[in-house]
Amino acid sequence: MNNLATKMFLVLTIIGAVSGGILAGVFHVADPLIQANREKELKEAIFVVLPEAKDYKVLEKEVDKEKITVYKGIDAEGKPVGLAFIADGGGFQGNIRIMVGLNIDYLKLKGIRVLEQNETPGLGNRIKEPQFEDQFKGLEIKPKVEYIKYRKPEKPNQIQAITGATISSDAVVKNINNAVAKVLKNFPQEEVLK
Amino acid sequence: MADNNQNLWHEFKKGLWQDIPPFRLVLGTCPTLAVTNSVINGIAMGLATLFVLLCSNITVSAVRKIVPGQVRIAAYVVIIAMYVTVADMYLAAEYPPISKALGPYVPLIVVNCIILGRAEAFAQKNPIVPSIMDALGMGIGFTMSLTVMGIIRELFGFGSILDIKLLGSWFEPWIVMILPGGAFLVFGFLVALVNYISRKKAETVCH
Repeated sequence: MNNLATKMFLVLTIIGAVSGGILAGVFHVADPLIQANREKELKEAIFVVLPEAKDYKVLEKEVDKEKITVYKGIDAEGKPVGLAFIADGGGFQGNIRIMVGLNIDYLKLKGIRVLEQNETPGLGNRIKEPQFEDQFKGLEIKPKVEYIKYRKPEKPNQIQAITGATISSDAVVKNINNAVAKVLKNFPQEEVLK
Repeated sequence: MADNNQNLWHEFKKGLWQDIPPFRLVLGTCPTLAVTNSVINGIAMGLATLFVLLCSNITVSAVRKIVPGQVRIAAYVVIIAMYVTVADMYLAAEYPPISKALGPYVPLIVVNCIILGRAEAFAQKNPIVPSIMDALGMGIGFTMSLTVMGIIRELFGFGSILDIKLLGSWFEPWIVMILPGGAFLVFGFLVALVNYISRKKAETVCH
């Protein structure tokens, strides 16, 4: 009996150790690639939401132990064209991560790009389609971004929600409003223009 | 030798029709229902499962004589989880869009009953070569099944196959086909169809 217990112990330990070793090896190779993919996607998104930008600068600030990062887009002549930042928040199922582009006049959005989402296929996940994303180009952010159902938007700060996916559309709008408010508060225009 | 080859061929072939998962061997229905809303997701899920199944069958078969029966499930789960994590990291590193589309379903291959089921029912009792044949047959069968489900659901749900529009603008997509309900519908019809064909075949043999 004692013999069996030792054997069980040994076999499981060896299998665990070997598996762990293999995983560590694969992780070592794969992790830089995974990080690079994330990075690349993020960079591409910055230039999508700030089309005039040729380059960008990373601005960081720590507020209440939370790090806020914005990317200041710069055009060919070195003039700032706007800010890009991530709006992260809950959706209908799981998280929605959106790259938001804010015009340097601090009044309008330049565009958005949905980076990650787990919304319902065919309904909520249409938030990543150009027809939806393009509505945010030139959208006014004051007093705040709103959505309207079944009709064409009437005000310059409105978008049309996706039929059958009000919750997802609402989540996008909410996340953007939250992120914009945070950036406006912590990165005042004078400071960014400097 | 000829007999031996025939046996190997049989181990391979049974996964393609006679025991094809998930329609005959009703295991692994969770990924079948969850990811088959487009053809590419179905193929990717099938291939990831094939990879894990092949590796786990080989390993389980190789260690079958040294793993005490009392702890075999624990040992198999560790082995399977290791390969699944490798597959998951590989997809995330090389094919980020597919990795994103499959989302949490790749890690869930760990609890895919086909893999544990084949380890338990086949690999732990057989040498490595037949276990490889068994894994290839089951894995390819599973991939074919998911692809067929994906073709049907993408065609009716989006009017396209592999993102190529096949049905014109006159076609109003059946949204239900890409939602969970459509998965159950298609799955049910396909199980019925496979059963019907098998029964027809059995009858002709009997008479």
